Amino acid sequence: MEFREHTLANGLTILAECNPNAHSTSIGVFVRAGARDEHDEINGVSHFLEHMVFKGTDKRDAESVNRELDDMGSFSNAQTGVESTVYYSTVLPEFQTNVVELLCDIMRPSLRDDDFETEKKVIIEEIMMYDDQPPYGGHEKIMELFFGAHPLSKSVLGTAGTVGGLTASQMKNYFQSRYSPSNMALVAAGNVDFEKFVADIQQHSEHWESFEAPRNKPTATPNYGFSVLHKPQSTQAYILQLSKAPPTESPQRYASRVASVVYGGESGSRMFWEFIDTGRAESAGAGGFEYQGAGLMMNYLCCTPEQTQENLHRLHELQQKVFESGFNQRELDLAKRKIAAQIILGSERPGNRLFSIGSKWLNQQPYETVAQVAKHYEDVTLEQINEFAQQYPMTENYTLVVGPDNNLVAANS
Amino acid sequence: MTTPSIHVKQLENGLTLIGEEMPWLESAALAVSIPAGCRYDPGDKIGLANFTCEMVQRGCGTRDSRQFVEDLEWLGVDDSSSVGVYSSQFAGTMPASSLHESLAIYADMLRRPLLPADQFEDGRMVCFQEVHSLEDDLAHRVMIELRQRFYGDPIGRSSTGTMESIASINSDDVRTFFENAYRPNDAIISVAGKINWNELCETVDRLFSDWQPKTLTPSPEVAPSHGSHHIEFESQQTQIALAYNSIPYSHPDYFLARTAVGALSGGMSSRLFSEVREKRGLCYAVGASMHSSLVEGCVVGSSGTTAERAQETLDVMMQEIQRLEKGITDDELARVKVQVRSAMVMQQESSRARAGSNVGDWLHLKRVRSRDEINEIIMNQTVDQINNYVADNPLVNPDLVTLGPEPLEIAHGVS
Repeated sequence: MEFREHTLANGLTILAECNPNAHSTSIGVFVRAGARDEHDEINGVSHFLEHMVFKGTDKRDAESVNRELDDMGSFSNAQTGVESTVYYSTVLPEFQTNVVELLCDIMRPSLRDDDFETEKKVIIEEIMMYDDQPPYGGHEKIMELFFGAHPLSKSVLGTAGTVGGLTASQMKNYFQSRYSPSNMALVAAGNVDFEKFVADIQQHSEHWESFEAPRNKPTATPNYGFSVLHKPQSTQAYILQLSKAPPTESPQRYASRVASVVYGGESGSRMFWEFIDTGRAESAGAGGFEYQGAGLMMNYLCCTPEQTQENLHRLHELQQKVFESGFNQRELDLAKRKIAAQIILGSERPGNRLFSIGSKWLNQQPYETVAQVAKHYEDVTLEQINEFAQQYPMTENYTLVVGPDNNLVAANS
Repeated sequence: MTTPSIHVKQLENGLTLIGEEMPWLESAALAVSIPAGCRYDPGDKIGLANFTCEMVQRGCGTRDSRQFVEDLEWLGVDDSSSVGVYSSQFAGTMPASSLHESLAIYADMLRRPLLPADQFEDGRMVCFQEVHSLEDDLAHRVMIELRQRFYGDPIGRSSTGTMESIASINSDDVRTFFENAYRPNDAIISVAGKINWNELCETVDRLFSDWQPKTLTPSPEVAPSHGSHHIEFESQQTQIALAYNSIPYSHPDYFLARTAVGALSGGMSSRLFSEVREKRGLCYAVGASMHSSLVEGCVVGSSGTTAERAQETLDVMMQEIQRLEKGITDDELARVKVQVRSAMVMQQESSRARAGSNVGDWLHLKRVRSRDEINEIIMNQTVDQINNYVADNPLVNPDLVTLGPEPLEIAHGVS
């Protein structure tokens, strides 16, 4: 395993973790462009643009892009978040050059009007699809309630209204403000020929013009409160809670992540014993989200409408106990064992390593080996997770319940 | 492609042990199939196998329920369980060094569960929750209904049962089901990853060879009720699910059928994705795949789209599925081949994928197909073979299940 890096004259970053024994090669384009970079009128444009990137260039139409990705037997996809857009493809090593050429080409999309209108319908269908799925837009809603006017409140998908109103020229302007080579990285993991990787990218991207792509990172002042999103058709109720947690750049993030496993991990956690083992909830868990300048802890719970009020109280008590008494050594040790095993299992696939390396770059952090990453978690102490519990009380939160029952009240009221 | 080492051993009590050595990995994955599927649930107690599966994971041997969960966590086991028609399946992926200790815990769970009386009502609540949650999963709901209509009972059953059937199950039912259905004959233990086959055989022999076989009869079969069915629901999108009669995994022509379906739904350039989504923008998700019981098979197509565009979506889907009988092109076959070649190489990076695949093979075929064998079957296919097969076996008269504000119609005579 060897880490290599290179920066082109136009500012494009190239990173690779080369493992000659790997069977596949994963290649991704990481762009610092997401919903937080949008203003209200164009909300949803980052995600819509991600779809349009596959619609072709001056050289290729949409059909050719899809067909060529399939011709390589690639597993390709893309995803858009609040802070980033990532395009990725896993292929057999023999297709490295072809996939690099294709990925570079589509990063300068034509954004043709007719493709734009057809794809708009697909995006609106995607919005409708999530509207029918639990928690029925609850995630977007609570981000908006928690963050208020802060850029992190923006929905990735946008709404049928904002997406419906977008024009191709607005998208072109957005593209021109975010897709600068200095704001992008080409990342590879697995069986990579690094010299060829750099030479191919150089050849296919040297005409990309660089420009400034600043990001607005105002301080977040979260709102706390309680509300219900009434959804008469839903059978179950969905509790979502957001509280503060360390941001991406904070060294406390490892303590926060370990604490979230102890408190709200999928099995064996405090939430598991309180809600899942007892059948008080169908699912329940907690996890952290880190952004530049702000972090979140999300509690999530799905149960029957009849159980919801009681579960709101139980959740509050569980969080109160964490705040007052902290965690114990035994549960910390278990969580650390579990995390260590997950790191080993996760590192076997180049696709997973790709995201690990790319995310570090997105967050302006240096590359770390699997062992270095594992060590951060090993080093977390009981004192640190208890300090986290004190500094970031989950009882101070915004709670949103999505479901058929309109008559619920906050736990502490 | 390197030839993997797949070993199979049959114990005298009927248990099959499968091991695939993948020494380049650090992990080991375990997939256990116990012939305790929901087809053994009595007709008025559907959900019993699922309830039992929940209860066996609440302590076993000398471990209470908390100790059981903590021991698996300590060993770094990422575990899961599910109940299908034929079997209850328990899976775990872990650092390879944890394998033998984990097997001992699994042996206790499968053979010596505590089935604690004081947790019985908690277990029932968990089963109730599963039923409720399925209600909110609209795409899943149409699939469950479609399977029931296509396969009939008990093969088309959903293992979760209903609120009423779960309410009627008592702790004796669970204990009796456990005693009769958890048995070594027709059970499969499949392990893949960084393993030593001889050591694995010794451990499994020690833990399982004195397990006594038993016989159990599944629920009697009830003929399917084919045709169309609509579930009225005030949703944004209409969910569409179609099933066309085809052949099961064990059929000699299975891979011919699967390659044809690959042209229909194998990637971003496949016919359904291209015609329904890319050209017309009718939906976000559309696809088709092969489904198989031990004796029957079908091609299932599905999509979800806003109500006013649902009829057109169904029409285009059916048109594309039925157009398959006119054959596929050289390019389409070439794409399926490279996709399979790529998938087979990439499976080398996942012990979990291999352990799971080997269990599935044994259930359907009573043998294991290596990655090389599947690769060879596909690479040797010709367009003529595929096209003769699809011409002789046209996909017609589907069962249709829809969910949404308005029912849809199957347009007859679409070409």
